Amino acid sequence: MDNKYETIIGLEVHTQLDTKSKIFCSCSTEFGSEPNTNTCPVCLGLPGTLPVLNKKAVDYLIITGLALNCEIAFYSKFDRKNYFYPDLPKAYQISQFDLPLAKNGYIRVETEEGIHRIGITRIHLEEDAGKLIHEGSIDQSSGSLVDYNRTGVPLAEIVSEPDIRTPEQAREYLNYLKKTLEYLKVSDCNMEEGSLRCDANISLRLHGNKKFGTKVELKNMNSFKAIEKALAYEQKRQRKMLENDKKIVQETRTWDENKSKTISMRGKEEANDYRYFPEPDLVPLEIDEKWKKDIEERLPELPAVKRKRFIDEYNLPEYDADVITDSRDLADLFESSVSEYKDAKVVSNWIMGEFLRLINEEKTAIEDTKITGQLLAKMLKMIDQDIISSKIAKTVFEEMFYTGKDPEEIVKEKGLKQISDQGELESLVEKIIDENPSVIDDIKNGKDKAVGYLVGQVMKETKGKANPQMVNKMFKEKIK
Amino acid sequence: MKLYKCSLTELKNMIEEKRVKLQDIHESISYRTAHTDPIIKAYVNKNETYNIDELDQNNYKDTYLKGLPIAIKDNISIEEIKTTCSSKMLEEYVPPYNATVVEKIKEAGGIITGKTNMDEYAMGSSTENSAFFPTVNPWGKNRVPGGSSGGSAAAVAAGMVPVSLGSDTGGSIRQPASFCGVVGLKPTYGAVSRYGLVAFASSLDQIGPLARNVEDIALMMNVITGRDEKDSTCVNRDYPDFTEYLKNDVKDMKIGIPDQYFDIEFDQEVRESVLNAVEKFKKAGAKIERVSLTGAEYALAAYYIIATAEASSNLARYDGVRYGLRAEGADNLKKMFTETRQQGFGEEVKRRIMLGTYVLSSGYYDDFYLKAQKVRTLIKNDFDQLFTDYDLILSPTTPTTAFKIGEKRDPLKMYAADIFTVPVNIAGIPAISVPCGFDQKGLPIGLQLMGAHFKEEKLIQAAFSLEKILDLDIKYPALK
Repeated sequence: MDNKYETIIGLEVHTQLDTKSKIFCSCSTEFGSEPNTNTCPVCLGLPGTLPVLNKKAVDYLIITGLALNCEIAFYSKFDRKNYFYPDLPKAYQISQFDLPLAKNGYIRVETEEGIHRIGITRIHLEEDAGKLIHEGSIDQSSGSLVDYNRTGVPLAEIVSEPDIRTPEQAREYLNYLKKTLEYLKVSDCNMEEGSLRCDANISLRLHGNKKFGTKVELKNMNSFKAIEKALAYEQKRQRKMLENDKKIVQETRTWDENKSKTISMRGKEEANDYRYFPEPDLVPLEIDEKWKKDIEERLPELPAVKRKRFIDEYNLPEYDADVITDSRDLADLFESSVSEYKDAKVVSNWIMGEFLRLINEEKTAIEDTKITGQLLAKMLKMIDQDIISSKIAKTVFEEMFYTGKDPEEIVKEKGLKQISDQGELESLVEKIIDENPSVIDDIKNGKDKAVGYLVGQVMKETKGKANPQMVNKMFKEKIK
Repeated sequence: MKLYKCSLTELKNMIEEKRVKLQDIHESISYRTAHTDPIIKAYVNKNETYNIDELDQNNYKDTYLKGLPIAIKDNISIEEIKTTCSSKMLEEYVPPYNATVVEKIKEAGGIITGKTNMDEYAMGSSTENSAFFPTVNPWGKNRVPGGSSGGSAAAVAAGMVPVSLGSDTGGSIRQPASFCGVVGLKPTYGAVSRYGLVAFASSLDQIGPLARNVEDIALMMNVITGRDEKDSTCVNRDYPDFTEYLKNDVKDMKIGIPDQYFDIEFDQEVRESVLNAVEKFKKAGAKIERVSLTGAEYALAAYYIIATAEASSNLARYDGVRYGLRAEGADNLKKMFTETRQQGFGEEVKRRIMLGTYVLSSGYYDDFYLKAQKVRTLIKNDFDQLFTDYDLILSPTTPTTAFKIGEKRDPLKMYAADIFTVPVNIAGIPAISVPCGFDQKGLPIGLQLMGAHFKEEKLIQAAFSLEKILDLDIKYPALK
């Protein structure tokens, strides 16, 4: 990318808040239910029904605001955003217009170019709309069906300042948001299920210019990768146009994943006039100091802080700290284990190795596994006490992973205890020596490495239970 | 004595004293309705879900309303009974849920006789805007009953039911009460739950009772007031037993007469009748003083901006997607929306939707909606200020007595009929209309008493006193 133009990007992220019930009624927010089963007169907008605010959604928004360094408004209100669409049962969305619940925040993201501060203009609370369903494709379908299960699921809309300068920064910003929201346990940020959606505004201007160029809004990007790709494409497209003295038109463009390009959707003139006005069915939202404080106290340690602390406190390599703090559940597993087993690097190795391998194999969520930090610590101590070998430990770990059983019990049940009995091992060692005269000769002729083969034979005989250090020592003593 | 002529209170006492059978009451009411309603046309739909022969008064023994009949305006949702709002749009709409007031009436042992006619979506002052048929004023065959709760007022006036519920957004209970010679109370905004009341203008709408005397109004207020978790704008407070304020005593009550209201040009007979009542109040010991209050014309202007703005949003949901009318033959979405709304809504409803859409449009919002809200605050403050010195404010309910069917073709003239009632909704205060005489044509004249927020008991006490002092011989209108 040449340096003539500076790219200006702002992102609007919609994320579903993971409350049990909807924002204005008591219907379930569960994803994947039979169409239109999680509905009631209120979320269907039947004549005469009224919204009642779910306090939990407010709590979730406040904690998100605090985590993203926002000011929490002591006084905010809801407004109606009016437009017609079949997935919007009231023909208006209850949202927040001029007085959002949170504003003026920021985050810091790191890319190869260094650390970059990105401002957060505002975060507001609103309700989600339903979903249109078409048989086959839109063009071929004879009609549209609507599923209102999603209608009224609480959404936080997080609007960034136009502080983002590259598609990479945009991706890192989104990663940061996603990780933070997951840490807060307010959203599962699943783009495939639509619980996180992102629109982008992008414009170019000559370096040094104060005035922004004409912006283009990008929609319909279904992954962080798609967002990065769409932004890169748009950056290139706009630059080319400017270089050829062509005017950028203010418009909304949609990302076509298959063709890997953006396509014009609608111009500025076709933009809706939403006719916002204060929602008369809800009273203004007042957050007192106590409410805010209560939530502040629940604010967990955030990923960046945790990462630094893990490096400082546990001496973890940066790579390990990155992996372990990628999820709050993983970090919690690590810390609860380290509190009982002091060698942090060993714990980290087991979590990054065996644990994540099983997680990936089973495609389960970390919080759904049965392993606890206590169990892992106990198992590691058993290795140190020569009760099991590291190799056997893998079997024990797997069993713990699936059953959550105590490692001692697993070892006992499966007879996995290490054989450290001098006599028992000696007779095995002698048996192997007798069976392998040629190997013994090799060793005597200086091929020390061949001892490993003999140890392996003993391990095979004992199904891995022999204490390998003892066996090794015995061979060396006997074949002198 | 004909049972249909008895008040709710009389019937209640008679049942409690076992002087009458519940079935006989319903028979009498039903007989009266069968003979009267074909002329008056007060009902849009009768409740067919109950059978008089099967009524067992023992089932109502421990209830407050003892199984007595109540009519309900057709914009209040009742499960399994059509709720049409007198609109083609909802002609076949059967709601799956009960409004909170309906639940309260059922719990109190009231039996709903049917749904009463109204101006479409409560927009109008004559019930001529009903999409089905106009209702006739029992006091004059060629006269309108007022509106929008014209059916509720006419049914009570004609002896088809002792009490009814209406809704009042700008005078829709008080004005028809005045035209039909009955009592109508608009409670404080937030005193009665709006859940299940099909919204016209959410920040102004309130449900309230109509009856042939103040006593019955007090009884109904005991049933319908109170907090509702389904309505966030419904205030959490305790209400007195309103029947305890049925005292003929206005001694030391301070009543203000606003100069600005009496400066308006209005019917001479109405003026004389109201001033006569003022003299009677004075004689009974009330302190009457002239006061200054923001001109009602400002309230009227603000009202037609706020009410239409909210209506344009509230009525946007009738798009043919989920319930109600759907235009046939539309081959695309936009056509389905526009044709449905073209066919489903009447002229007045369309006029107000257009007005409301206009005043909320970008570029006009500040000049209209925002300014109207400021006027609203001023009017509210003005009333609040007066109520620190005065118990009540008195005015006519309407500038004229009932006008002729088809007489008012100019919508602005129709809107002006609300001049005395609208400021009350703008301020959110309670007001009652009580008959205070007749004009030379024999048409009833109504007097309006306005009170401070949640001071309904004062209205009831003063209105009860006036009723006793005037001792009007309100005969049943001669129905031919």
